[in-house]
Amino acid sequence: MFEPLEYEFFVRGLIAATVVGALCGLIGVYVVLRKMSYIGHGLSHAIFGGAVVAYVMSLNFYIGASIWGFFSAVLINLTTRQRRFIAADAAIGIITTASFALGVALISRYRTFTRSFDAALFGNILGVDNNDLYAIIGVTVLTFIAIGFMYRRLLFTTFDPEVAPFFGVSTTWIDTMFSLVLAGAIVVSLQVLGATLIAAALVIPPITARLLTDNFSRMMFLSVFIGAACGFTGIYVSYFVDVSSGASIVLVSTAAFMAAMLASVVRDHLATMRGNEALATAPLEPGVTKEVIYD
Amino acid sequence: MLHPQPHDTTQTDTIVELRDVTCGYSGQIALRNVSLRIPRGDFVGLVGPSGAGKTTLLRTILGAVDIYDGEALVDGRKAGQASVGYVPQLEAIDWNFPITVEQVVMLGRAGQGWLPWQSRAARDEAYEVMRRLGIDHLGKRQIRALSGGQQQRTFLGRALFSSPTMLLLDEPTAGVDIKTRDEVLHLLDELNHDGVTIIMTTHEVNAVAAHLPWVVCINGTIIAEGPPGEVYTPEILARTYNAKMTVISHDRMTLVAETPHHIGAHAASRHRTGPRHV
Repeated sequence: MFEPLEYEFFVRGLIAATVVGALCGLIGVYVVLRKMSYIGHGLSHAIFGGAVVAYVMSLNFYIGASIWGFFSAVLINLTTRQRRFIAADAAIGIITTASFALGVALISRYRTFTRSFDAALFGNILGVDNNDLYAIIGVTVLTFIAIGFMYRRLLFTTFDPEVAPFFGVSTTWIDTMFSLVLAGAIVVSLQVLGATLIAAALVIPPITARLLTDNFSRMMFLSVFIGAACGFTGIYVSYFVDVSSGASIVLVSTAAFMAAMLASVVRDHLATMRGNEALATAPLEPGVTKEVIYD
Repeated sequence: MLHPQPHDTTQTDTIVELRDVTCGYSGQIALRNVSLRIPRGDFVGLVGPSGAGKTTLLRTILGAVDIYDGEALVDGRKAGQASVGYVPQLEAIDWNFPITVEQVVMLGRAGQGWLPWQSRAARDEAYEVMRRLGIDHLGKRQIRALSGGQQQRTFLGRALFSSPTMLLLDEPTAGVDIKTRDEVLHLLDELNHDGVTIIMTTHEVNAVAAHLPWVVCINGTIIAEGPPGEVYTPEILARTYNAKMTVISHDRMTLVAETPHHIGAHAASRHRTGPRHV
């Protein structure tokens, strides 16, 4: 049980996966409720393009990829808000694939990379070094602080974006800040999960939490907890089963989702049965007939 | 029937003043040459056909449209700068959103302060607003699990919690049954009697006649304004709705009736006369 903890790379990976799971669980609540589930997939690909541009321009990976991701997210928000007939998924599709294509084009033009772009695409948690870990923890702390300060404004612009400005909440400003936070979260998650699996980390924990509660703040706590727990468990499972860490985290998350789905179905079924029992035992007015509902 | 406070035309304390306003969206004019003065504490209904500019007039007061000509003042300041409680049409609300009644009400002050939670005092105030609206026992309930009237009260609570100088409501009686409509209008009347200025849009011309002291007829501009008994005339309604309407006055009540189409002999023969008992 504690054997893998003897390896430094495993401990680093375990911390990274747990923190990234919590981070994606937090951001994911807003992503899902803003009906932008595809953005995790899209933006991680867009950031891949940014990472290549950063390399070509000899910039730091995190800085280049973050700036690129931020502008991609702002562009997606602007396109959706300014042209309401363009849905978020279509805007994500256009902007992020264009950015990804630019990355691929640059790779084919300059074939002398030293950095592993396979890691950016598929994740390489065991390759996480101390600098990566500091970046992950730093971005996570900043994100939790930023979301804490913006909590009520973010909730309003997510729930009722048209009306929020009439209550002194600037939708444009909050959207821009959220784009910044989202881009930062995806950049630091790339190394752990890879561009192809980030979407799952952003979507599965909040959806699982949504199945368990109707309360926004409870959904946030649950989503962060589920994300962190799946990251932690996924890494452990990957060590013992010997499968890719990113895939392992996503599969553990999917199992949690299925368990929550089952619990939710059973809960609704029990509620219907209790309702039918109450209906069956309730005294009736003369002339009123009973109808038992079978679900 | 409610007992609306009479519209006081001598009242000098004006809360809304539109001076020859022409406005719209992205260069497209929606309202032309609108002049309107609403005294503080009034209860005004805006009526007119779909696309007449009722919501645009509300948005003018909110400062959310492009003004091409004229001036819009709210509480002596340029529109958009005063604290106005807005209750939008509820059709666009995502009822599956994981949010409870108390969380919606407390959004009324989302633009104030930077802590993620409300202070104890603010929370007590939110529950006081909910108590006033009769929804304090529903605080922890998700918004989908409410009746139409309770949903309307929840969003009214959000607007009231922002401590507004007046309330603007966009079709608060749309899509609700007659009992809920009555419930909502009684509640608004109570708020108005407590001194809250209320302006609402509606398609319910008869409800306005029964409950409100002042009505403004709109169709691209203001056609007429005044007490319903004076404004609801066949001539004004024809200009407002571009359709012939019959006005019936009975026992100080004004009713607008639809003019029936002639039913063909074939269609009429298919309907029995008299009620059908089930």
